[in-house]
Amino acid sequence: MNETQKAVVTVIGRDMVGILARVSTAAAEGNANVMEVTQSVLDGYFCMIMIIDITEATRSIEELQDSIRTAVPDMQVHVMHENIFNSMHRI
Amino acid sequence: MLNMSDIMETITMIREENLDIRTITMGISLIDCADADIDRSCEKVYRKIYSHAKDLVRTGEVIEKKYGIPIVNKRISVTPVSLLAGVSGGDPVKYARTLDRVAHDVGVDFLGGYSALVQKGFSAGDRELIDSIPQALAETELVCSSVNIGSTKAGINMDAVSLMGEKVREAAELTKDRQCIGDAKLVIFCNAVEDNPFMAGAFHGITEADTVVSVGVSGPGVVRSVLSKMPKDAPLNEVAETIKRTAFKITRVGQLVGTEAAEMLGVRFGIIDLSLAPTPAVGDSVAHILEEIGLEQCGAHGTTAALAMLNDAVKKGGLMASSSVGGLSGAFIPVTEDAGMIAAARAGTLSIEKLEAMTAVCSVGLDMIVIPGDTPADVISAIIADEAAIGMVNSKTTAVRVIPAIGLAEGEELDFGGLLGSGPVMKVRSQSPSVMIRRGGRIPAPMQSLKN
Repeated sequence: MNETQKAVVTVIGRDMVGILARVSTAAAEGNANVMEVTQSVLDGYFCMIMIIDITEATRSIEELQDSIRTAVPDMQVHVMHENIFNSMHRI
Repeated sequence: MLNMSDIMETITMIREENLDIRTITMGISLIDCADADIDRSCEKVYRKIYSHAKDLVRTGEVIEKKYGIPIVNKRISVTPVSLLAGVSGGDPVKYARTLDRVAHDVGVDFLGGYSALVQKGFSAGDRELIDSIPQALAETELVCSSVNIGSTKAGINMDAVSLMGEKVREAAELTKDRQCIGDAKLVIFCNAVEDNPFMAGAFHGITEADTVVSVGVSGPGVVRSVLSKMPKDAPLNEVAETIKRTAFKITRVGQLVGTEAAEMLGVRFGIIDLSLAPTPAVGDSVAHILEEIGLEQCGAHGTTAALAMLNDAVKKGGLMASSSVGGLSGAFIPVTEDAGMIAAARAGTLSIEKLEAMTAVCSVGLDMIVIPGDTPADVISAIIADEAAIGMVNSKTTAVRVIPAIGLAEGEELDFGGLLGSGPVMKVRSQSPSVMIRRGGRIPAPMQSLKN
């Protein structure tokens, strides 16, 4: 039995062309499947939350974070296991 | 499903409001290391701690990366060393050196348990250990020491109180070239808890399981931040409710990290201590929470009431979030480690007397308070006795960690650097309590009925 492992990617910063493309490419390179994307742009400020499936990923969460940071160097990027959000916001 | 605002809230808490796991502490029993030969005993101690804790730091780092939350300290607590010293005899400082060596070798930040529990009296090893504390703290770097001198059930051992006043002075004298750092690693307790993961007072109680992992979460910055978003005319019950909800979220993170760490290390999960523990970093202050509740400065009249509410709300939120809440769990008020307290002490708003009143309603006690270098041992003993009396009568843990700043007088500042911070030398009363302290003996345990 292999439970699905998910991680949450958040990307925040100034909007520009190709953010989503670059982030998803970096995720794909680590064999992480994109499951859901929510994004908004407010006053030129870009905010994206992406849920990725890392069950079969070839890279660790830290490596994924590093490669996404390299792909979009001007943005604030965090990659965290989804459990921390679940435990904090679900009873 | 997770929604955007929940995710952003968590990230803001960690990135901007200093939410962190303050410590993962592994408690290790040393009972099976006791040997009649002290050198053999030390060797067993080294081997047991090393084999159990060698993966502790690495495990902490793995979890840190997985969840993106800083784990500031990795620590070890052990069985009070006086028990080993009682069996082996010999110079207890040998144990301190062994503990320091193994702490360095496994890479932890601190190791606590150079301790003795003497609330009712001294048994074999206790007095020898207490006598050796100043030297042990001067010779070692990572070893922390604590002595329990009173409890609600036993009363206060005034012989021990008198002795500890002298030891606090000696520890300061021996480390006077290093900001009197010895006393920053020495806590004198009343009603010490056996599962506290926070230093310097951590030890692994004799009723605990062989090896456990406990977690201390913190996050004064998070609480201050949510309170700053509330309107200034929100009633205090709503403020308490908000603190409770925030404490809940913080504790859930601790529960997650603790359970995972215990699983990875293959040991039992002990407790979560959800104390609001400040650091000198901007925005990580308990004093600033009190000021956010509505005081011009911490130490003003009203501080005790605000702190009582804060402390209680933190506990209530935490209890809902985890069934293993333990340790001290509340709000800490270490003066030198809290930017707001330092400012209040400098301004003269915060005095030792006010701090003493505050300790009656929060965990833990007179903590990290710098006092004049020429304070006599009797006066230090009397400070300890006062604080222990508050704990004894109110059935709560209280503690004293004061640092006589050798060579400094009132108004000057002592700077430790790092998490220990800095602080002004605070005024202590100069009238002598020496006749009372020198009487020794015991203050009998208090009544538990007719409480008025």
